[in-house]
Amino acid sequence: MRRRNVLPGLPLSLGVTLFYVGLIVVLPLAALAFKAASLGFEDYWRIVSSSRSMASYRVTVLSALGATAFNLFFGLSLAWVITRYRFPGRRIVDAVVDLPFALPTAVAGIALTALFANSGWFGSVLEGFGIKVAYTPIGIMIAMCFTSLPFIVRTVQPVLEDLDPALEEAAQSLGGSDWTIFRKVILPLLAPALLAGVSLSFARCLGEFGAIIFIAGNQPMSTEITALLIFIRLEEYDYQAAAAIASVLLLAAFFMLAVTNWLQARALRYTVKG
Amino acid sequence: MKIHLENVVKTFESFQAVKGVSLDIESGELVALLGPSGSGKTTILRMVAGLEYADGGAIYFGDQDATDIPVRDRGVGFVFQHYALFPHMTVADNIAFGMKVSKVKRDKAAIDSRVTDLLRLVRLEGLGDRFPAQISGGQRQRVALARALAVDPKVLLLDEPFGALDANVRRDLRRWLREIHSELGITTLFVTHDQEEALDLADRVVILKDGQIVQQGTPEEVCRDPKSAFVMKFLGDANVIAADVRDGRAYAGELSVEAAGVADGRAELYARPSDIDWSEQGPGIAAEITRVLDRADGRRVLATTGAGEALEFDVEPERVVKAGETGFVTLRRAKVFGV
Repeated sequence: MRRRNVLPGLPLSLGVTLFYVGLIVVLPLAALAFKAASLGFEDYWRIVSSSRSMASYRVTVLSALGATAFNLFFGLSLAWVITRYRFPGRRIVDAVVDLPFALPTAVAGIALTALFANSGWFGSVLEGFGIKVAYTPIGIMIAMCFTSLPFIVRTVQPVLEDLDPALEEAAQSLGGSDWTIFRKVILPLLAPALLAGVSLSFARCLGEFGAIIFIAGNQPMSTEITALLIFIRLEEYDYQAAAAIASVLLLAAFFMLAVTNWLQARALRYTVKG
Repeated sequence: MKIHLENVVKTFESFQAVKGVSLDIESGELVALLGPSGSGKTTILRMVAGLEYADGGAIYFGDQDATDIPVRDRGVGFVFQHYALFPHMTVADNIAFGMKVSKVKRDKAAIDSRVTDLLRLVRLEGLGDRFPAQISGGQRQRVALARALAVDPKVLLLDEPFGALDANVRRDLRRWLREIHSELGITTLFVTHDQEEALDLADRVVILKDGQIVQQGTPEEVCRDPKSAFVMKFLGDANVIAADVRDGRAYAGELSVEAAGVADGRAELYARPSDIDWSEQGPGIAAEITRVLDRADGRRVLATTGAGEALEFDVEPERVVKAGETGFVTLRRAKVFGV
């Protein structure tokens, strides 16, 4: 018997979606893999494991980790404040969170550089303490923080909003202290959303380009990020090398998504019926 | 633990939810706060729990002024309408939560054995490993009760505990809660808008309207002697018939009932459906049957009097009545309230 679906439009919408997923997502990724594969294993390995590439992975991944860790705490507290308290200017703060999404990343990069350069407002103050931000990995980290913050706020916020106040009241009536309740009740319930935010934020940091190149200084072996190295290879018309390095980022992103999906499924075990 | 509320007041923004309520709950008593929505019953319960602070008045637990003691130190067990179970913890972990976070340290074996005891008490043996999403609504509410009891509360507070459950489960749980109460003897206060639930379950019923107590007493007292038209109507189906009071009797058509203490003048007769008899001949109040409803426990007749008042009453299931028939109603008993 033919199974009938009351919701209309399945063949059309599915067809259109699959077509575009193929065209926009799968095809370019396949081309990338194909280009990288045309190198042959030895050449491929030489390019992706060259000391300059390795240095770029290191600075990119370490900066991304630092930026994501910072965003995890700052993003969570920002979402917490916006969701749980009513104060004047709350809606403005809420709107400003989205600014990094809306702003061209190059604009962010230029603004950050102007602030953190030796002569800038922050840079001149920090220099007094002997801290250099612009043209160092710290600058990279700050640029990454800026562009990826909304991911954590916006994934955690709806979950915080939906959190039943009765859960906290119940925990209080059972004698839990504020810290215990946060640790044992709220945090576990936020964990899946936090994980999702962290993985999006980290992936964005890995791929960030525009905001970073202005502030990073781009010295090979120390402040050159992987995305920039790919760009340099492209400018040199070395498409195969660019594709090879890009494939490393791609694999890293896939791996990250797989791990977070697995962690999320684990954290959500309790929602499974049966 | 005896609870005493003294002239308690609570205002939200501009809305005064509780307007000076004084109430005594004896140790070991099971008391229902009954009222329509917006009557302030839940606010009172939450103030007793410490989930809201009173704007005025005082709440005593025994001789101790508990008005400003925060909920976590007040030693109450609270059961929420929608259970408020921690969804990421198993049933056993939910029940153990209060013991684990308590300032009184217990070892793991003691907690485990207490959880087992409580699971037995709420008849959920073997379900300790399930998550809340994997059990039924009635089971969830029993877990919530076990969780509240685990911390040995001085007072048990339940906010519409069975409101989210279907009728059959509700009836079972009601009986079961009554059993648990007689077994543990813990002072219990619960909120409901369901008069049947309040009357079935409670030792004493406190009826609220617009943030004030309108009447309180045993189920027998409030049912047999409602002091106002509001209580009469709120406790169950009531027929209203216009009447005139002269010298302590109320007259409606050819009928009259006693109305001691009601001022002369216009008044209303209130009669339960079971207090009305139907006959083809007078004397009585003439009425025409508009509809006959057959129910599992009898036959309900809807009728309209000559004056246009809608009546509902019951006849024996064997009795043949049809819409369009006319006849007369007489009253076996009725309450009279002035208007």
